[in-house]
Amino acid sequence: MSKELIRLKDVTQVFDGETVLKNVNIYFNDKEFLTLLGPSGCGKTTMLRIIGGFQTPTSGDVYFNGERINDLPPYKRQVNTVFQKYALFPHLNVYDNVAFGLRIPKDAGDGSKEKIKLSKEEIDQRVREMLEVVSLKGFEHRSIASLSGGQQQRVAIARALVNRPKVLLLDEPLGALDMRLRKDMQQELKRIQQQMGITFINVTHDQEEALAMSDTVVVMNEGVIQQIGTPEDLYNEPKNAFVADFIGESNIVDGIMREDKVVEIFNRRFACLDSGFEKDEPVDVVIRPEDVDIVSEAEGQLRGVVTSVTFKGVHYDTIVDFYGFKWLIQTTDYCPVDSHIGIKIDPDGFHVMKKSKYSGMFGDYSSYSEEYDEINDPTIIDEEEAEGAEDED
Amino acid sequence: MRTKRGLFAVPYVIWLALFVVIPIVIMLVYSLTVEVETATGTELAGSVENFTGMSLYMGVFGRSFWLALVATLICLLIGYPVAYLMSREGPGFQRVAMALIMLPMWMNFLLRTYSWMAILENNGLLNQLFQKIGVIALYNRLTGSDVEYFQMIRTPGAVVLGMVYNYLPFMILPIYTVLTKLDHRLIEAAQDLGANSSTVFRRVILPLSVSGIVSGVTMVFVPSVSTFAISRLLGGGTQMMLGDLIENQFLGGAYNPHLGAAIAMVMMVIVVICMLVMNHFGDGEGEAVML
Repeated sequence: MSKELIRLKDVTQVFDGETVLKNVNIYFNDKEFLTLLGPSGCGKTTMLRIIGGFQTPTSGDVYFNGERINDLPPYKRQVNTVFQKYALFPHLNVYDNVAFGLRIPKDAGDGSKEKIKLSKEEIDQRVREMLEVVSLKGFEHRSIASLSGGQQQRVAIARALVNRPKVLLLDEPLGALDMRLRKDMQQELKRIQQQMGITFINVTHDQEEALAMSDTVVVMNEGVIQQIGTPEDLYNEPKNAFVADFIGESNIVDGIMREDKVVEIFNRRFACLDSGFEKDEPVDVVIRPEDVDIVSEAEGQLRGVVTSVTFKGVHYDTIVDFYGFKWLIQTTDYCPVDSHIGIKIDPDGFHVMKKSKYSGMFGDYSSYSEEYDEINDPTIIDEEEAEGAEDED
Repeated sequence: MRTKRGLFAVPYVIWLALFVVIPIVIMLVYSLTVEVETATGTELAGSVENFTGMSLYMGVFGRSFWLALVATLICLLIGYPVAYLMSREGPGFQRVAMALIMLPMWMNFLLRTYSWMAILENNGLLNQLFQKIGVIALYNRLTGSDVEYFQMIRTPGAVVLGMVYNYLPFMILPIYTVLTKLDHRLIEAAQDLGANSSTVFRRVILPLSVSGIVSGVTMVFVPSVSTFAISRLLGGGTQMMLGDLIENQFLGGAYNPHLGAAIAMVMMVIVVICMLVMNHFGDGEGEAVML
């Protein structure tokens, strides 16, 4: 359907002896909304900077439309960036910020020395059009300092898009916005991407944002791509414990694949839908919190004790202790603490994964509340910025 | 609450009144009076003749502002690139460069200027060097002249050199400060939007460092225009500037504090006007330095 636009081939990036990207191979299609998702320091921002031309990879090649562009400086690339914290020019008003790129004479692109210079009228028309796209009509003469975070965000998007790039890079574009605004801007970005019909490459550590906006999500950790797929693929078919844990909530338990479509956990065999494993192969089994039904103790396939209940609006987050391993179950039935319950899981509620280096690291909710605090910790954004700052030199 | 905190400003206000406002008033009174001989001695009488008679010194005014302007421009031309290159280097280099720039300022101002005298004199270090390596002989052969030394001291150039040497750090430091605070992302953003390095400089770095330039220009121009030691030592009396003129009225042979006060007033007004014009360009950010 869509053609390949950018390809990274065997890209490795080392900063001060620390490998930030390890042998990354990936391609980006035309007109898709793609998100690089991962925790701080996973290399996602570095990858974006390599595409933008702000970073030359230590080894490996970058291709744009089939052409190697490793040594092409940023100002010659058909790529524009929405920077973290926007990096708007404080000495220029909204109009002049957006017009900045248009006022710079560009190479004609046919190899000649000729420069294309846009007329005042054309610049004016394109700036006004773009301000309308981002709903900032009437803000032309406002100073940057007088704008709210959301408005600055829109100026940054307009300033990048007005140059009609083939690809728009977004570096944590919603990181500095509050919750409500972030949700609105997710929709807004998606709309703008469809309206402009170009590729958006977005970087975020917010899995919810990634799932809500993207056609394709690339999950990264420790400089390695863990999985590439649609949001549905990632959620339903995570490749390893890291992806399962990072995308949504999951209980990840050790299991043994007894035969095709039969998996054993806690010494009990369950019907599942997965096949293609060796007989008796040790595996990781993911069970999503919403796929577990709470039933009476007698009816249950497994029996456990409720250790904590948190009301979440739509459902209760219920932590249940099964033989010392704590599960998160999301249910609309209220079960008081210390009650003994049974659970039932349908075959499609199991997802079996091969063992990986991440096995055993995630999926136990013994320390649930701490983990939850971490997810909501705003300082994570700051760490991400620190990473970006290091990358600059 | 507000008034209580305002009390902390009282010592400062008193200081300002005692050492800034009152002296200016005294100067104003002096400049608008002359001493008149009477039968019983001398008496003060109101007069504007201190100002009207000042046209005599137009040459000194012109030279002062001209030399200060040239020195300021040279400081800017040297100082900006130095500050710019420094701000782009690593922290280690920046520390060393900063120390080297500050080092001469730890030595006495007069001592430094006397050193320049020793260097620039007709039989000074530089002329001796030129003689040794045959520069003077070469010059004589090329131009058909017969000089024993180059006249460097007692020229306007020597005065400008003295000003540049003494005041250059005051140009570098404010520009350097502004440039180091400049968000590197803005430069990347400009590159991203298609700007090559010269466009980035013209459209982003330069406009964003104007406040530093305004501060630097102010801090070089004001002491330059009113200097007297540099022009006396390196100009050797041939390059009289406003500072010398004023000093001469208070401490020198021409003793006439009324005229001295009047000249100082006029100079102050012209400097203030220059600074207001500068601050207009700097969006008012440099104002803090001036006041």
